[in-house]
Amino acid sequence: MNQEVAVIGIGMTKIGEHWETDLRDLMIEAGDLALMDANVDGEDIDAIFIGNMSAGLFIGQEHLGALAADYDALTPKPSTRIEAADASGGAAIRMGYLAIKSGEFDIVLVNGVEKMSDLPVEEVISAIGTSSDQSWERNFGATFASLWAMIARLHMHEYGTTREQMAQVIVKNHKNAVQNPLAQFRFPVTIEGVLRTGMLADPLTNLDGAAWADGAAAVVLCRADYAKKFTDTPVLISGSGQASDTIAIHDRRDITTMDAVIKASKIAYDQAKITPEDVDVAELHDSFSIAEIMAIEDLDFVPKGQGGPSVEDGLTKIGGKIPCNTSGGLKARGHPLGATGVAQVFEVVQQLRGEANGRQVDGATIGLTQSLGGTGGTAVVHIFKRR
Amino acid sequence: MSDRSVPLFWRKSKQMYNLIGSECITCGTRYFPGRRICPQCRKEGQMHEFKFSGKGQVVTYSVVRDAPEGYELEVPYIVAIVQLEEGPRLTTPITYCDLDEIFIGMPVEACFRKLREAGDHGIIIYGYKFRPIKGAKPN
Ligand SMILES: [Zn+2]
Repeated sequence: MNQEVAVIGIGMTKIGEHWETDLRDLMIEAGDLALMDANVDGEDIDAIFIGNMSAGLFIGQEHLGALAADYDALTPKPSTRIEAADASGGAAIRMGYLAIKSGEFDIVLVNGVEKMSDLPVEEVISAIGTSSDQSWERNFGATFASLWAMIARLHMHEYGTTREQMAQVIVKNHKNAVQNPLAQFRFPVTIEGVLRTGMLADPLTNLDGAAWADGAAAVVLCRADYAKKFTDTPVLISGSGQASDTIAIHDRRDITTMDAVIKASKIAYDQAKITPEDVDVAELHDSFSIAEIMAIEDLDFVPKGQGGPSVEDGLTKIGGKIPCNTSGGLKARGHPLGATGVAQVFEVVQQLRGEANGRQVDGATIGLTQSLGGTGGTAVVHIFKRR
Repeated sequence: MSDRSVPLFWRKSKQMYNLIGSECITCGTRYFPGRRICPQCRKEGQMHEFKFSGKGQVVTYSVVRDAPEGYELEVPYIVAIVQLEEGPRLTTPITYCDLDEIFIGMPVEACFRKLREAGDHGIIIYGYKFRPIKGAKPN
């Protein structure tokens, strides 16, 4: 069997601090919205995949598969949680996709969720850091931010990337989020604002990194040949790739290149039979400003080392050649770890349907999502096409 | 998070105290920390223990201002990736070095120090830190 797979429904909560709402309610809200958007009934769903990084640390709850099936009122449907650090959502999308492609299932619900605000902030930082090598990075004093800072420092050293270019990524993503009603930070920031705020881990400031957030996003995936029964606007998953790299950045072939992104995107481009120039809109994993600059290089939107100047020239803004992170990205839409990869798909599908009011990329027909686990040990890339 | 189990540190102590990793006899590649499987040779590879000299140079670095658990008393401190002269790189705190003194390419050497205190029981974790070779002050 080799079924084509389409997205037929999407749903997302507001991203931010949900003091009044717990994990299960966030998850169920997003799932319900996606099912309603897809016009499917619960009994049509064959299986559920949950993207979640660390509910065990954040709220002491594992076994989210059963929790979701239970509170979605979908028992006895099979339901499994997928974990790949903050690429969990992207990896869960891919598992749902593969499950349909294999011919085993016709319709699958993929739900990404993270509830981070219940923990004191030091413990949140600690939990985020568990995606790095605990024995050989964290144990020797490296925080998650300092790992990205070391990548940024070397990128500046090797390619002449500037602090201003990195800040420009943040400025762009905040500007985009103003037009996204579900985004966490809907206000603009300036280059000076990014550079003048306190240092997080030199050379990165407190505004270079995504904050923590609560939130959930969901999509309904369906055999492409059944999709028209449910929706007039199915969006095809035309390419899907995933790859791994060393967990510790000191063991990478090249510290300033994400080999897993290169590999995963090559698989996805080949499968979709497109080149990087064909991409109209992309959601990228900007957990830190430098990550978006490296993403556009490693996805081959621009040559290696040209990420910084390209951002400065407006390549990735709305109206540029390849608008990136029209949602606001991890930085400004918000980064509820396990929800993020699914939230990226939510944005791209809105763009391809022409529903991204105020931030719509005119005539977008091909979209891409790129999701990273931690500092790049996992990469998941998907390509979407309007039917 | 990694502080819940004392044996976790005992198990690593030989590597952490003595900079012992591994070398693949088949292809000559050295690894720190040691690996059971050579990524170059896979099942053709043959690993044996290898002791590193502890000399190397700074590949990249940052200054940590937001400490992880156990490092609260140390901030701000320098963390770096060091390339050992025998090949592999590792992540390490840099000590005996002013924040504005560090640079990419700085020659450094290993020294053995208290890394931090772990958990609520006051367990002290020892391991390597690196210091500049030139201008290093005596203990
Ligand atoms: Zn070998």
